[in-house]
Parts: sequence; structure tokens; C-alpha cells
Amino acid sequence: MTQVTMTVNGKAVSGDVEGRTLLAEFLREKLRLTGTHIGCDTSQCGACVVHVDGQAIKSCTALAADLDGASVVTIEGMANPDGSLSVIQQAFQDHHGLQCGFCTPGMVMSAAALLKENPKPTETEVRAYLEGNICRCTGYHNIVKAILAASGQDVSAIAAE
Amino acid sequence: MPKDHGIGASSKRREDVRFLTGRGRYTDDINLYGQTYVHFLRSDVAHGRLNAVDTSAAEAMPGVIRIFTGKDFEGVGGLPCGWQVTDRHGQPMQEPPHPVLAQGKVRHVGDPIAAIVAETPAQARNAAEAIVLDIEELPAVIDMKQALSPDAPKVHDDLTSNLCYDWGFVEDNKGAVDEAFAKAAHVTTLELVNNRLAPNAMEPRVAVGDYNPGTDDSTLYTTSQNPHVIRLLMGAFVLGIPEHKLRVVAPDVGGGFGSKIFHYAEEAFCTFAAKQIKRPVKWTSSRSEAFISDAHGRDHVTKIELALDGDNNFMAIRTETYANMGAYLSTFAPSIPTWLHGTLMAGNYKTPLIYVNVKAVFTNTVPVDAYRGAGRPEATFQLERLVDKAARELGVDPVDLRRQNFITTFPYATPVAVEYDTGDYNATMDQLLTMIDRDGFDARAAKSKAEGKLRGLGINCYIEACGIAPSALVGQLGARAGLYESATVRVNATGGIVVMTGSHSHGQGHETSFAQVVADMIGVPEAQVEIVHGDTANTPMGMGTYGSRSIAVGGSAMVRATEKIINKAKKIAAHLMEASDSDIELKDGQFTVAGTDKSVAWGDVTLAAYVPHNYPLTELEPGLEETAFYDPNNFTYPAGAYACEVEVDPETGKVTLCSFAAADDFGNVINPMIVSGQVHGGIAQGVGQALLENVSYDENGQLLSASYMDYAMPRADDLPFYQVDHSCVTPCTHNPLGVKGCGEAGAIGSPPAIVNAVIDALHRGGMTHVGHINMPLTPARVWAAMQG
Repeated sequence: MTQVTMTVNGKAVSGDVEGRTLLAEFLREKLRLTGTHIGCDTSQCGACVVHVDGQAIKSCTALAADLDGASVVTIEGMANPDGSLSVIQQAFQDHHGLQCGFCTPGMVMSAAALLKENPKPTETEVRAYLEGNICRCTGYHNIVKAILAASGQDVSAIAAE
Repeated sequence: MPKDHGIGASSKRREDVRFLTGRGRYTDDINLYGQTYVHFLRSDVAHGRLNAVDTSAAEAMPGVIRIFTGKDFEGVGGLPCGWQVTDRHGQPMQEPPHPVLAQGKVRHVGDPIAAIVAETPAQARNAAEAIVLDIEELPAVIDMKQALSPDAPKVHDDLTSNLCYDWGFVEDNKGAVDEAFAKAAHVTTLELVNNRLAPNAMEPRVAVGDYNPGTDDSTLYTTSQNPHVIRLLMGAFVLGIPEHKLRVVAPDVGGGFGSKIFHYAEEAFCTFAAKQIKRPVKWTSSRSEAFISDAHGRDHVTKIELALDGDNNFMAIRTETYANMGAYLSTFAPSIPTWLHGTLMAGNYKTPLIYVNVKAVFTNTVPVDAYRGAGRPEATFQLERLVDKAARELGVDPVDLRRQNFITTFPYATPVAVEYDTGDYNATMDQLLTMIDRDGFDARAAKSKAEGKLRGLGINCYIEACGIAPSALVGQLGARAGLYESATVRVNATGGIVVMTGSHSHGQGHETSFAQVVADMIGVPEAQVEIVHGDTANTPMGMGTYGSRSIAVGGSAMVRATEKIINKAKKIAAHLMEASDSDIELKDGQFTVAGTDKSVAWGDVTLAAYVPHNYPLTELEPGLEETAFYDPNNFTYPAGAYACEVEVDPETGKVTLCSFAAADDFGNVINPMIVSGQVHGGIAQGVGQALLENVSYDENGQLLSASYMDYAMPRADDLPFYQVDHSCVTPCTHNPLGVKGCGEAGAIGSPPAIVNAVIDALHRGGMTHVGHINMPLTPARVWAAMQG
């Protein structure tokens, strides 16, 4: 067991982890931050995307023991300080960018990272950026639309609902 | 103006807030005090005799609490099949046992052999490595036609062969169908494969079993689309626990698409083991495990023929299908290629004579059962590919050939035993054509050609049967369950309303759309209505959500219960206003006496119901809570017309989907935003089937597509924006909301559009020898077809 200390969603946390404990497991099992989801075991689905030191990563690809001192943001840390939905979260609700909600945390975290890098992405850029996030419910239409809307672009010309 | 609340409004989904902030509560988020973890040791061979399972070394491993094998389940029932199909000769299907843990043989890669319960998941996995298996590997049967050869190895030694059933429908029509073919002016024939798919809800399956020794109650938390069905099947047929001692909870569920309908071994195991060891037992599937343990979908091999007269009228359809059941019969498997497939072979067309033959086959593969559309995509794909091929052979426009043969008068009794209550197939086709600018196609094709690409346009129709189903009818057809739905509407003293529904939401947004209906009926804000689902302890016995049945059947039950509430509330209001209850009107949450200015508010009446100081106690019980069970008179029949354009790269065979349009008639629509979202998701799954996805086994039964590295899930950059429309409305004639259901249409209607478009592109490019390409239309397959 190794003790790790990190900042998660602005709070200092620490815990004992095995060498093999993944960041995703540490967040879910030790910190009870169950918004980070695990949808595969080959780092393909992206449901577990979080931000580590400002970078979006799949938390199933990182060992918790390697992240001593890191600053981590999860879906639980994405709302506005008053608890209201952030611009990206609100756009997902407004444009029906989620159905079952399981891939949603990863989608929101990836969308936030994209818009930080590229504040006004094109449709093609959004689709390419989401290559590592799989959604089975929405057909991506409303996810892409929500992200374009969150970037401040006019999405009214994009087909219905 | 679009409505801003109630029926017909695109109300934003209330469930989104918890999902967007990480506060959903999925089954894997549930951890109970003293919880243990189970890991299943699964067969890595497709077929073998299980001579011995030596767990002695594993039992001594750190953290191991107990290891279970098939022997522990000898006194326990097997997993039941919920539908018995009767074959062409009046004999019941062959129905082999399906043990919770393998007994005597293993029959597919993934068949569970032993279950290791330990203090941590890692300890359970480690101990599994120390179990010594003595398996004598046997030749596997993977190909369906080979499985039916007389010398094929048998998946189940006690059955006479690998044939589950040989079904004919309608058997009495067979002679007349053959006669029609003999007289036909033209016959179009098509042989095709409907590829096997893995449903892949993004949330893997999870089960947590719990037992309370103080009360002898068992609780199962599980990723299910229908917790009551699991309670009944597991309690009555597997574990012998009466329903009043068994609670099944399906909390937030991360997608289902059919794969979470069925009762699985892992659920029964966790419930059983929790009682044995007196501690909670949790199982969380990995994705790799899901590929070899979740029921797959589709997997049909079909020959279909269409007979036309000299005027291009459809005379008869004849089909022969081989349907893969896998190694065991999953819960509803036998019904999918039969009653959910054969009954749809008329499609949108007035073909007077139809004969469908289906041979269901056991193979050493994962069991196959319902996946989004379940039988109806298979029917639609055959028929709409066939009609397109016929149009090409006859040199007529594929839209004109369809229109000429459309059913146009309703109700319409098909020759395959169903009666379409209503529809307007020309209207959805007209709507589609307004969406796709067909006249502009040649210009777009010329532009593609200038860029070195072949452009094609594919158009097709679909019809489906939803809102399953009249219980008496399905009972005659072999269902071992009723298929009604239930709702309890509980009005609280201060006017808040809780609806407890037997339907289950796992992405469909019932918490929003169901509330819209009740709020609209009573005239209160949607926020005043709460929808409760997914827990057998606080919802009435219901059959759950699948087959696009929730609003048509569950919604109808909710309407009936709400009507009872309104009737009773009016009597209370009449008493309060000293009027006759026949004079009471309810509008916008106010009760008024017709023709007067007397009124009482909703809250006055609800309070009187629970504080009955001034109340007609001699005529009416206090309280305001009603339950309704709704059993439909008929299926509902959503229908529509779909189109897409593709570009094919002639150098590589790569297909790019350029546009997709869907014009659907879903009857009345409760929440247009949610309905569009359902169609989007269905289209993406259909595109996945047509272009990307394939469950692939080698000849030894090893699954080659067992992770997201190998199984091609559609991703955002594989897909365009879609155009969807549901403005063509012929309301269902037999349910109170006039609704038909929308959950599966996209997955049913889209695969033939894509294949039709690719064939169109190749023909326009001069490759007129290409009659058909089997899905998925990978670059390699398309390129090979182009070479001839």
C-alpha cells in the first residue's frame, strides 16, 4: 500500500492504494465519487474521463499511486460554485445531449477539455475530438449540437430538437 | 406555437441534472455493509465435457470466502425460458436446461463454471487462477447449417439434434404461396445474412445480492429493464423464493437495448450466494465479460423470394430463415425470429400470401435474444432489400413500386395474423421526399464523381409492431407471461402526485414524459408529479420496458389510473361545493361547477381526501390513490420512410454516410425532443449494424470481436447530423393517448436504407453485377463485391 495525496475538485484528499489501483477505482471506491464511470476495460469508451492537472485523461489509464500531488477534477466538480449547471452541462440538458447518462460524465469532461483548447470548434473538430468517447444512446447528434451550443455558436440550423 | 408544458411539449428532462453532475445512482454505485465480491471463472473453450473442477488450492487463497460450482446448484432450478414456440408439426420446441453454473458440459466461451466469492474483487480474480479445470474439449458447432447436418456434434446431448424448432407461418398458406410463385410473372430472390450484434449498453451489467437473516428477505439490485420479471422468473423458477420475500431493485440503468430484459445467471447467483454466506455479494461485469455473457442480437441467415404479377403487384412472399439461438435459450429468444419477425413480413405492403419458415438452431455461441427492434429489423431488412432489388430488376422506380403496393385502407388484416389499426404510408413517404431533395441528387452525385467517389441514394419503408401486447393473444402464441402494464397514482394530502409505474426508464426519460401526461390531465405543473420506477417494493407488478411499449402500454395504465383519480376527486369536489358530481369540471387544477362561479382548487380536494372532516364518508373512502392495469387490445404499428445518401470510395470500398433522413408516424407524441433523441440513437445503432458492427466467431467458437479494440462501435466521427420528422400522425386507435411508441424505429428502418444506398452507388458506377452485400459493409466487403 502507498499513501497518495491529491486535490480532487478543490479538496485535499488522501488514501492508501495498492500499486495496481487505477485512478478510476480510487475515485469511485475510496472517495465515493461515483460519477466517474467504468464502461470498458481497454481504455476505449471514455466514460471515465477526468481532468488531471488540466489535461483530460481516461482515469482507467492512470495509476493512483503515480498521481501523488496531482490536481484532479471529476464530473462532481463541474457545476458552478452555486451548484447550478455549468454552461456545458446546461447545454447538454437544453439540447438533450444525454439519455441513460452513463457516458455523460466522460462526454462533459471531454467537451470541457475541447472547448478549453479550441473555444469555437467546427462540427468536424467536435466529432474528431470525441473519437475516444462512446455513446450508445444518442447517436451523437445532440451531443455534438450541445457542445457547439456551449461554445456560443448558433445551432438553430441543425435539424430538429 | 409549440407547447411549453404537458403533452406535446419538449420539456427538458428532469433526470438530466443528476446525470450531468455525477449524482446518478447506478447499480455499481451501490455498496452494502459487509459486501463481498464474486468473480466468475468462465469457459475458454466453446464446447467441452467438464470432468472436474478442483477448487482446493483456490479455497486456500487470501480473502476467499467460498467457491461455488455447478454441484452447488444441483437442487436449484435452471434459468427459465419465457416463451414456448410450437413447430410446423404441432410439437413443442426442444428446450434444454440452462444451469446457473455449468453442469457436465460447457457450451460456449463464457459459460460460467465456478464462482469465487472473496473479500475484494482482486482476491476473487486471483483465486480463479488457482482453480484447476479438467475439460475434455469437444468439436464445436458454430455455423447454423453445419449444426443441422446429421453428423454434427450436439450442443445438448439429451436433445435429438441441434434444431430447436422448425416453424412455419402460416403453415396453411404454404400451398397457396407455392402456387402463386408458380404463376408469377417475375420472381425476385435474395439471400442475406442479418449479422450478429452485441448490444453494448454503456453500463456493463451489475448485480448485488443481499439477504436479511432476521426477516428471511432477499434483495437483488440489478441492471434490469424489468425488475418484476426478474423477481418472478428468479423467484419462482430458479431459487424458489416467493415474491413477498424477494425485492428486486433496478435503479438508474445505463442503457439496455434489450440486453437487460433477460434473467441472467449472475443475478440468480448473487441472490443465492448472499443467502448462503449471509453477506451481500456483488458482481460487476467487465466489458470483456459482457461480450461473452450478455445475450447477443440478430444472427439470421435468410433466403427470401417475392412473386409479382405482370403489373408489378406483389402476389406472394416466401422466406426460409435460420435463426441462431446460441448455446441456451435466453429468456425470450424463441419468440424473436417467430412472432416478432414472421408477423411483420407483410411490411407496408398488401401482399396477399406469405409463408415464413424459421429454423432455430443451437450452436456453441453466446445465447441470442432481443436487441433493439428484435425480429422486426430482420423482417424489415429482408423485405426492403428485396423490394429494392425487385425494382432494379424490373427497371421501375423503387419509390413507385413501393407506393403501388402500399396498404392504404385501415384497419388492415395481414396474411401473417396481425391487424394494422391505422397508418398512412404515402404521407410519410411524401414527407421524406420533401426532406431529401431527391431532384438534387444527380447534381450531388456529379459532384461526388468529380471527387472520385460514387454516390448512392437508398430509400426504404418500415413498419413495426410495438406496445407488446394483448396478453390473451401472446398466451396463445406461447408466451408464459402476460404483457399488460400497471400504474399506481398516489395523490398526497397537499396535492403532490406520485406515479408508481411498472415501466422502467434506462435512458428513455420517463421521469419527464410520464409526468407531462399526468400533469396535463390534471392541470398541475409538471414539477408536482414524481415518477417512481424500478423497485418491486414500491411499484405495482409490471412487465417493464422493451419493444417500444412504455408509453403505449405503461402510459395507458397511467392514464387509466389518473382517470380514476379524477373521477374520485370530482366526487369530493362535488361534495365540497354541494353540487352534483356530473356537473364538475376540472381545468388547470381547478374544479368548477358548470355554469356557476363556484370552484375549489386541486389542493382543497386532496386535503379533504386525507383530512375528511367534511367528506362524503358514507359514499366514498378517504384517501386518493388508484391503481390500473392496462392490457392492450392490439399491438401498435409505427411506420415510416427512411433515406440516406452515401459515398463509396471505388479505390478502397470505404462507405461514408453523407446524410440520413427519417419520416416517422408514431401517432401522438408526448415529448418531441425525447422522441427525436430516440430516433437518433436508433439510427446510429442501425448504421453500426450496416457499416461497422459484427460479432465474429472463428470455427472453434472463439469470439474474435470481444472488446472495443475489435468490435467496431459507432463513434461521433462515423456519423452525420440526422434529419428526423414525426409530423405525420395517424393516432393509434386503441389506446387512450393515441400513441404508438418510438424506441426502436431508428434501428429497424436504417440498415436497409444504407445497404440500398451502397448498392445504388455501385450500380450508378456501372457495377451492375452487385446484387447484395452482407452487413457490415466494411471496405473489404464492398471492395470485394466491386471486383465481381
